[in-house]
Amino acid sequence: MSNTVKQSPAVIVRHLRRQYGKRAIIDDLDLQIESGEFVALLGESGCGKTTLVRVLAGLDEVDGGSIDSTGEIAVVFQEHRLMPWLSLEANVALGMNEKTGRLLAHNALGEVGLAGRENDWPRNLSGGQAQRVALARALVREPKLLLLDEPFAALDALTRIKMHVLVKDLVARHQPGVLLVTHDVDEAISLADRILVMRNGHLAASYFVAAETEHGRASLLRENLLQELSVDIYTNESRT
Amino acid sequence: MLPISTTLPRVFDIPDVLSKQGASVTMKDPRHARPAKRLHHLGEKAFFIISWFVPLALVFFWELFSRLGYLAPQILSAPSTVAKTAWNLVIDGALFTHLGASLLRACVGFIIGGILGFSLGLFAGFSKLAEAVLDRTLQMMRAIPFLALLPLVIIWFGIDESGKIFLVTMAVLFPIYINTMLGIRQVDPKLLEVAKVTGLTVWSRIHKIILPGAMPSILTGVRYALATACMALVIAETLATDKGIGFLVMDAREFLQTDVIILTLIIYAVLGVLGDSLARFLERRLLAWHPNYAGDVH
Ligand SMILES: Nc1ncnc2c1ncn2[C@@H]1O[C@H](COP(=O)(O)OP(=O)(O)OP(=O)(O)O)[C@@H](O)[C@H]1O
Ligand SMILES: [Mg+2]
Repeated sequence: MSNTVKQSPAVIVRHLRRQYGKRAIIDDLDLQIESGEFVALLGESGCGKTTLVRVLAGLDEVDGGSIDSTGEIAVVFQEHRLMPWLSLEANVALGMNEKTGRLLAHNALGEVGLAGRENDWPRNLSGGQAQRVALARALVREPKLLLLDEPFAALDALTRIKMHVLVKDLVARHQPGVLLVTHDVDEAISLADRILVMRNGHLAASYFVAAETEHGRASLLRENLLQELSVDIYTNESRT
Repeated sequence: MLPISTTLPRVFDIPDVLSKQGASVTMKDPRHARPAKRLHHLGEKAFFIISWFVPLALVFFWELFSRLGYLAPQILSAPSTVAKTAWNLVIDGALFTHLGASLLRACVGFIIGGILGFSLGLFAGFSKLAEAVLDRTLQMMRAIPFLALLPLVIIWFGIDESGKIFLVTMAVLFPIYINTMLGIRQVDPKLLEVAKVTGLTVWSRIHKIILPGAMPSILTGVRYALATACMALVIAETLATDKGIGFLVMDAREFLQTDVIILTLIIYAVLGVLGDSLARFLERRLLAWHPNYAGDVH
């Protein structure tokens, strides 16, 4: 994909508000994600990250403000959420035209390293493999915006690193705008172009990650982010 | 533990009202079965032989005591006599006439009750309004033991076929209704969210997600309905009739033909086993994806 052509943003969010009862979980939140841009979203537990993803995906209601997106939106959740009664191929092609769906699903499974497993059942997959199928299911519809809500949280450390490489590669190829919710600061730094920190219902901080972040600057960024998340690394280090 | 288990609808819990009525559904979890199997691997053949040896020995002694005259033929006919009677009834075709009549009643009743129960279950499962309209009434009707309907059935239908079929229908309707409705209601909402974000049409949502998700529960209903239908058939056939297995029983009772009575017991047992195989077949076909049914060698 050419970088010179200016594409329309994957999503533009203005003054978004979402409340449960009287309590505003999302309060006057502004966000713009460009096509092909990889954005990571950090924030303390319970600050409303999942709520934001669900609102963007149309799974939760909007109480104010606007969401503009021009294309398809796909989601990968923390759990794979594959239909246990559908073959992997049928899972990936869910909701697509019967004929083209098959072919595209076949290719997508190949892309996530599961070629030849088209007719297998989800129960025969490991956690990492199942999450790869969920990724294939999201990417096969060429979404303009890809929402990832802690998709690697349930995986072991090694599998997670492999998934990082895979996701980076797939996103580079398909060029969706990505919003990755994560608790892992290092994951955010290694994957994202931009890191946002959510607090009090809106985006409280934003950091650009330079492509060639040298070691020293990456650890500085890491410290900054941890401080944003009110993790006091110095007391932790002095204890250990 | 594995994420896969979190997505499985928890529909195997038999509604406690059913279990109170004595439904027993055994679900085999291969993960639990396997270590035991490995442990007894050497003895597996021996266990198989022993498991057949006991009933065969029973039949042998039954025959032996009959021949020695310890068992009066009016009390318990010898197995060989039962076999001879069966053969005679096969030769003159009577067995098939009666068996056919009984099977017809059972099938017609099962199909009517199944279709009614399934449709009502679909309505109540999909629409809160339909549930409000239907569910309380059906639950109240279900509280009536269907066999207690017998006197009413006789008044309403007389003693012809329709009354018998009605009884089987009632026996089948409720288990299918309840399990269909519960199955639909218990489909994992997380999977329905996937349907929403992938933009499934209403029709795909139903036949790709809701029905397959409800299928384990629906088949539990079918299995239970097969058992109650069998019971209803036995009772229905005690109503005056001139054909059917029930007629054979009544006729035999009058003439103290214990051999025929025993034969009909065996026939009912065989019908039960066939019904069970049907349920198993459906489970294997429709629940091949399900870990509890996969490679279920039994
Ligand atoms: N359906 C709901 N009804 C009422 N409150 C809700 C609902 N869903 C979420 N909340 C509340 O909204 C807040 C934000 O929840 P959310 O799941 O978005 O947090 P999160 O940032 O994703 O947290 P975590 O990092 O632990 O996943 C929480 O305080 C939660 O209690
Ligand atoms: Mg969350």
